[in-house]
Amino acid sequence: MAENHKKAAGRLCYLCNQRRAALKRPKTLEQICRECFYEVFEEEIHQVIVKNQLFKPGERIAIGASGGKDSTVLAYVLSELNRRHNYGLDLFLLSVDEGITGYRDDSLETVKRNEIQYGLPLKIVSYKDLYGWTMDEIVKMIGLKNNCTFCGVFRRQALDRGAALLKVDKLVTGHNADDIAETVLLNILRGDIARLSRCTSITTGEDGPIPRCKPFKYTYEKEIVMYAYFKRLDYFSTECIYSPNAYRGFAREFIKDLERMRPRAILDIIKSGEDFRISTSTKMPEQGTCERCGYISSQKWCKACVLLEGLNKGLPKLGIGRSRGLDNNHMKDVKQSNGTKNIEGKQCGSLDF
Amino acid sequence: MQLTLEFGGGLELLCDSVKIHNVDVSPNNEVDKLTMKDLLVWVRANLIKERPEMFMKDDSVRPGVLVLVNDCDWELSGQLDTPLEEKDVVVFISTLHGG
Repeated sequence: MAENHKKAAGRLCYLCNQRRAALKRPKTLEQICRECFYEVFEEEIHQVIVKNQLFKPGERIAIGASGGKDSTVLAYVLSELNRRHNYGLDLFLLSVDEGITGYRDDSLETVKRNEIQYGLPLKIVSYKDLYGWTMDEIVKMIGLKNNCTFCGVFRRQALDRGAALLKVDKLVTGHNADDIAETVLLNILRGDIARLSRCTSITTGEDGPIPRCKPFKYTYEKEIVMYAYFKRLDYFSTECIYSPNAYRGFAREFIKDLERMRPRAILDIIKSGEDFRISTSTKMPEQGTCERCGYISSQKWCKACVLLEGLNKGLPKLGIGRSRGLDNNHMKDVKQSNGTKNIEGKQCGSLDF
Repeated sequence: MQLTLEFGGGLELLCDSVKIHNVDVSPNNEVDKLTMKDLLVWVRANLIKERPEMFMKDDSVRPGVLVLVNDCDWELSGQLDTPLEEKDVVVFISTLHGG
């Protein structure tokens, strides 16, 4: 009787019509089996890579690896596709050690296991080495307000520095469709036109030293997690101990509510972001380089240097928040190099675009 | 009814960091079958030790929490109406933690 019931509940896979369906795809609402799921999941990512010409044969590629679900699945799938389709890529894992005890030290252990499991060389760059400060030390000084700004600004640059050390041609990150839809919404809410116009690009920074791309741009979070679960991939999932992350949290919850009502909504929001056209008369910040460290910056000094200056001088509020006055009062020498508005750091930079 | 419940993706932190729970859950009365809806109420009352809002919203799981019954997406078996049977394995995975 029990068996009968289970069989009745178990519909056949929409694609192969042979095996029992194991999940409902959010993108298409198709009910498919595990084997067909692996196939379509991997094939779609392959098609995104090919169509958008994300890689060229012989390139060295760093995978930004946090030990979390997205980057773990990305490392696994990318090394699989590289072999299967002869991309001819040299893949590396690149991790940032922010110096957060009880969080990053644990997740780095996951990345170290991934290094062995997937046979990909791992490079870890630390805030301590790059900036002289760990996040633990920064939080001790500035408290739990704005700490995500420091972390986000520092992480973005740390990944670039690590990529330069590895001499890679490109950096790939595990940002998924849900993340991008969320960022589109956040950039609209913040009125951040500059970021809105580039947050849906699959490749960014092509004019800079190390372009970044997002092979999971159209991949649903649900499918990434299902893939990791079915394949028993080893990933780390603990919320950062310093991240209340309220603002992004609201957008995230909203996206998830939308998805429950209509899963296509996620792709639709990405499409809206892509189709957004910014009036040519809108003044956009000009990209220059930081006079201090040479990193790309729309100001005289890059955000990381301003934040670091504040930490080292015992004025940690420097460069934080919307009050440009603070910058001007404390740092007469840091004049804005052009007349455009300072682009604010995001509240939590783990999803910086 | 003997069930195996597994919490992942960070949800285990809500129940004393224990991932796998072998539990015995009884239906409300002898006639009724146990459904996922009943199980969620039971889990919330008996296993979740903190921040229940991370696990549930209204009478279902919080959006972004994946549920599998015997390794099958519960969206295929009727979500809250999914009937449960002896020795079933129910997995809850949060997708809400960082990537």
